[in-house]
Amino acid sequence: MRLKDISTPVPKKDHKDKVSGQLPYISDVKVDNMVYGVLYRSPIAYGKIKSIYVPTLPEGYDVVGAEDIPGPNYVKIIKQDQPIFANEWVNYIGEPILMLVGKDLNTLYGLRDKVKVEFEEHQPIYTLDEAIDQISSASFVSYEFGKGLDIISAIEQDAHQIVEEEYTTGYQEHVYLEPQGMLAVYKDDEIVVHGSMQALYYIKNALLSALACGDDEVRVVQSPTGGGFGGKEEFPSMMACHVAIAANAVKKSVMLVFDRHEDMVVTTKRHPAKFKYRTALDKEGNILSMCVDVFLDGGANEGLSSVVLQRSLLNSAGVYNIPHFHAKGHVLKTNTVPNGAFRGFGAPQSFAGIESHMGHLSKYAQLDPLEYKRKYLVKQGDPTITKGNFRDPILMEEMIEDLLDASDYNKKKEEFQRFNQQNLRYKKGIGTSVFLHGCGFTGSGERDHIKATVKLVKSKDGKVLLKISNSDMGQGIYTTLSKIVAKELDLPLEQVSYPDPDTKEVPDSGPTVASRTTMIVGKLLERAAKKLKAEWKSGEEQEVFEHYVHREMIPWDEKTFTGDAYPAYSWGVNFVEVEVDTLTGIVKLEKVYGNYEVGKAIDDRIMKGQIDGGLAQGLAYGYLEKMTTKQGKIQQKSISDYGPPTSLDVVPIESKLFDNPYADGPSGAKGAGELTLIGGAPAVQSAIEDALQTSFQQIPVTAEVIMESLERKLVNRVD
Amino acid sequence: METDAPPTARLLDLIREEFGLIGTKEGCGEGECGACSIFVNNSLQNSCLIPIGAIAGAEIQTIEGLMETEQFKILDESYSECGGVQCGYCIPGMVMASAALLSENPNPTDAEIREGISGNLCRCTGYNMIVDAVELAAKKGEVVCQKK
Repeated sequence: MRLKDISTPVPKKDHKDKVSGQLPYISDVKVDNMVYGVLYRSPIAYGKIKSIYVPTLPEGYDVVGAEDIPGPNYVKIIKQDQPIFANEWVNYIGEPILMLVGKDLNTLYGLRDKVKVEFEEHQPIYTLDEAIDQISSASFVSYEFGKGLDIISAIEQDAHQIVEEEYTTGYQEHVYLEPQGMLAVYKDDEIVVHGSMQALYYIKNALLSALACGDDEVRVVQSPTGGGFGGKEEFPSMMACHVAIAANAVKKSVMLVFDRHEDMVVTTKRHPAKFKYRTALDKEGNILSMCVDVFLDGGANEGLSSVVLQRSLLNSAGVYNIPHFHAKGHVLKTNTVPNGAFRGFGAPQSFAGIESHMGHLSKYAQLDPLEYKRKYLVKQGDPTITKGNFRDPILMEEMIEDLLDASDYNKKKEEFQRFNQQNLRYKKGIGTSVFLHGCGFTGSGERDHIKATVKLVKSKDGKVLLKISNSDMGQGIYTTLSKIVAKELDLPLEQVSYPDPDTKEVPDSGPTVASRTTMIVGKLLERAAKKLKAEWKSGEEQEVFEHYVHREMIPWDEKTFTGDAYPAYSWGVNFVEVEVDTLTGIVKLEKVYGNYEVGKAIDDRIMKGQIDGGLAQGLAYGYLEKMTTKQGKIQQKSISDYGPPTSLDVVPIESKLFDNPYADGPSGAKGAGELTLIGGAPAVQSAIEDALQTSFQQIPVTAEVIMESLERKLVNRVD
Repeated sequence: METDAPPTARLLDLIREEFGLIGTKEGCGEGECGACSIFVNNSLQNSCLIPIGAIAGAEIQTIEGLMETEQFKILDESYSECGGVQCGYCIPGMVMASAALLSENPNPTDAEIREGISGNLCRCTGYNMIVDAVELAAKKGEVVCQKK
């Protein structure tokens, strides 16, 4: 198949093996001399380990712990604060202390029950609010930027009124259908780690540190990955350390696969967050200044939280040009499971908050929320809140107009008002969200930390292989990145392939995160293909490399939080219609619309899959999915306790793409995967608010939250 | 097939470990996600919930068995054409559920399809492209039936 328009859908390269179930995910793999591992985890939230008792183990069974780590005892990521096996302090319930390995899982479970660890317990910090009360000691990291507070305070003194709001967002759990799993294959001269992952070189670097070994003694191979959504960005590094250290110690291959329960209670989640908004308004309800404080619950280790906070802050003003804007943010330590990457990476929290706040401010101007938001929309050439620049064309007005038409917004508002007057039990509402996503790593990450390299290998018979370290976890890059290369080389798509990455074979093209793969890695591949085309010699083996080149704009400075934080932005608008049952609080989605601008889609059908799946996650984050902790313990241990959407919860999504090719993206493409999640929660919240004519200061707006709000309303009326 | 496994062993483990059939996946082990869906005497079941003692003499079909059928071929094509597959982990179970639905109801409505696959979780697709695939498979199936 030769490609004309890159956006025209093609069959996915990995379709056959997936539909038949014959693609081996890590839990489908068996190797010779393989044993299983089970982890003994801390039962307490905070304390010092006094003693560890391990029962006598049968032959062929071993215990592996901190003393078996050849290198330093931490999982290498940013800070050195996450032990591989805790041996002094434990900081959360579920923290790994040791691993038992052996042939039979049931025997291992029985042995684990007999392990006894004595602790000296200390007072934990269980909640974000407790941590905020102890901010000076509980803060991992903080940033502050924007207009000076002296200027803002002068503005506030002259303002007509000050509106203050607090807003909270909950955990979100990834619920990738394939639980986490990792296998270390022991060989005489190397340890090969296979597993479900998004970031091969994060794992390799963590292993080089933990095993204190040479570059050629450890190798990482991605297995087919059954969903990631960020959950397989940094977390797998820890599991990889566990199995590799065990393999190294017992000289056998070691498999560690979580069951759903373990996966739900010990893996990273989306950071719960709290926002404080303080906005000065004039008489007409116009914004004079805005201050935002962001607090993220980091859990017990810092992990990637500082970078998550950066993205939260960078999105704290949404898609708006707010006069006199100031923001400050903290990541706080609590004695709970560490939080980490999740599709959107701090942005979904911020967008839920700012969209909610802007919606509430619209009442002071007596305007429809969307009309009010449109007054502040950023335009091409406007500065960003960090004194960067929106230098590319912005199509938001066009996209909003289109949805106003498609949804018949004004008419529907009137219709719903009539419906709600005539109906006591059921109430209908329509809500909107407008949002963007900064594509690629935040700040100077691509230039300073990732420094991506890609490689193309051409065989004698003219077949081309992609040699990159990026994971297809369902988002379809086996197909889309192959399309980019095939198009540039003018080859049939069948002649281009992309084998499962293996660090022995592929250079570091960076992790599969941050909506960077299509835009950054795809562009490098496009350039590599161009080079290969120019040098093409029939009948010869050839290799080409291409390295990341940073296009300097306004240089990013993390210390002052100024400059261009992203090379480009993708944009979106969602409209959502709901019906709320005021007897039960149950929300039913009626219609969902999405308009998106991602430069140019590499495959329209794959893009639609991103829209439908991302939006389903985003909507559910706003009203359905709820995870909580009690005294440091995750309360939702099964999928149905937690409540991700089923086929009965979602409705067809009417979506449209607006082309706006980006010069530094392959065929004009920008990032797309995370964008699609971001608008869901704020749109569904505003639709519920419209239906009930009330306001909420939190997501998820669950049935319970709705019932409480209705009861409060009733009490207020009686009073 | 005979086995020495204890009657309390899970059918899922028997299929995967003893028979080495990897198309039946474990997503939750609690009957909530449908990734391990199989047919027991032609009825759709979660194999993680079935102790093998309960199915002595029953006819079991997994995705590997379904693969041999014309119905699978149609579903395979339809899932491809509608983009119903992303990470793929839920898909064998989803295809089993789709086949079960279409066997009972060859022309399901959108609502009936959603109901029919509601025991199978998918975290990637938001379901719509899977619903489209089942709808397309129904149409293709009709054509196949007419030809016969």
